[in-house]
Amino acid sequence: MTETLHPELPMERSSPLDPPTRLGELRETEPISRLQFPDGHLGWLVTSHSLTRAVLADQRFSNRPELQHSPIRIGGQVVPPSPPSEPGMFITTDGAEHSRYRKLLTGQFTVRRMNQLTPRIEQIVANHLAAMREAGPGVDLVQAFALPVPSMVICELLGVPYEEREGFQRDTGTSFKLSNDFEEIQAAFNRIKAFVADLVRRKHDDPGDDMLTGLIQSGELNDEEVTNMGLLLLVAGHETTANMLGIGTLALLQHPDQLAELRADPSLVDNAVEELMRYLSIIQLGPIRTALEDLELGGVTVKEGESVVISVPAANRDPNRFDRPDELDIHRPATGHVGFGHGVHQCLGQQLARIEMRVAFRALFTEFPDLRLAIPASEVPMRTDMGIYGVHRLPVEFS
Amino acid sequence: MIEVDPDRCAGSGMCALTDPAVFDQDEVDGTVVLLDPTAVGHEKEAREAAHLCPAGAIRVIE
Repeated sequence: MTETLHPELPMERSSPLDPPTRLGELRETEPISRLQFPDGHLGWLVTSHSLTRAVLADQRFSNRPELQHSPIRIGGQVVPPSPPSEPGMFITTDGAEHSRYRKLLTGQFTVRRMNQLTPRIEQIVANHLAAMREAGPGVDLVQAFALPVPSMVICELLGVPYEEREGFQRDTGTSFKLSNDFEEIQAAFNRIKAFVADLVRRKHDDPGDDMLTGLIQSGELNDEEVTNMGLLLLVAGHETTANMLGIGTLALLQHPDQLAELRADPSLVDNAVEELMRYLSIIQLGPIRTALEDLELGGVTVKEGESVVISVPAANRDPNRFDRPDELDIHRPATGHVGFGHGVHQCLGQQLARIEMRVAFRALFTEFPDLRLAIPASEVPMRTDMGIYGVHRLPVEFS
Repeated sequence: MIEVDPDRCAGSGMCALTDPAVFDQDEVDGTVVLLDPTAVGHEKEAREAAHLCPAGAIRVIE
């Protein structure tokens, strides 16, 4: 195999709804290719669906932050090495430590529990659509709908007072902005952590019927662990689903034939959600894993200590896994996409995200049958500068 | 025949989502519960659930 050295993770897109072109070219020629990281580390980039699954399912790869290297600069700076995970930061732990924390939460996110939330989510969605109608044409769908719906849902689940959202929503945005200084991102993250830590203290005196209270009362965790677990859920519950709702709406508006079919048969929404997850793949950076030993992968030897960056957008457009991968087709079998990841770290909140998207898209296009962009599609500001892709704003019109 | 390994399970719920007649999740920790090990008439769904399982906790023995 010819080995090409890539200076940084390709991020440049030639069209807003498609992955960076270079990633697709790499998938054809070198699905695992050498990547030069900004800190000088020589690691790997994986772009095929099969190798993505192989890496994420293989416990010889670690997700510990102190072993990882960042594939891009942040704020123009080389990202300094990360300290080991704090207690409770279960996403960035391995093996038994990870499964101990995760199992305290998985019972809260089962398919059945999430289905039971449907009526409440429908109510939240309906309230926001009513407010959007009142605001009138020209309203920004992100601020009026895509962000507040999942935000309110995760706040209710965790037991975070929704009226206190302004600070941590702003800080969440700051912490995902790739052009910000690393120190700025760290400071924003620390402010959210302080907010959750304070909330955990308050819940000792004033327990509620919510997940934070449940974690405290489990007797399995100290306050620092509860705080870090709550912090992860709060941040993850904000940026991800919100961006899928924003860019998902744009994608459907840009594919009127698909949207017409969805309107004619709203039961297609379940599959449409899977297809939007596949087609849009909003996780722009990673996941990243580091080899704990020398191992063979896709015809190369990955050495112990080498970081492997997975490209979810490239894997989800792999023609070896999906026919006509660059077409949005809400009828296709889209399951098996890696939009929620794979392996033991696969998204904990995926069933919640599914219910939110199903309810939200269905209600949005029923309530506003003639929903359309209020600005040319080419002027929609895309989140190329954020760790999670999507739209910054989506001004819409309706009658 | 289907076999499940709750120790490996990561509680993602992909099996219960794919075929709720064959798979369920434990109320407390969300791990896989096998409702019907034979899955007669649900062979295709069972294979799909095994393929989708992120943690390799489901095995279909042909």
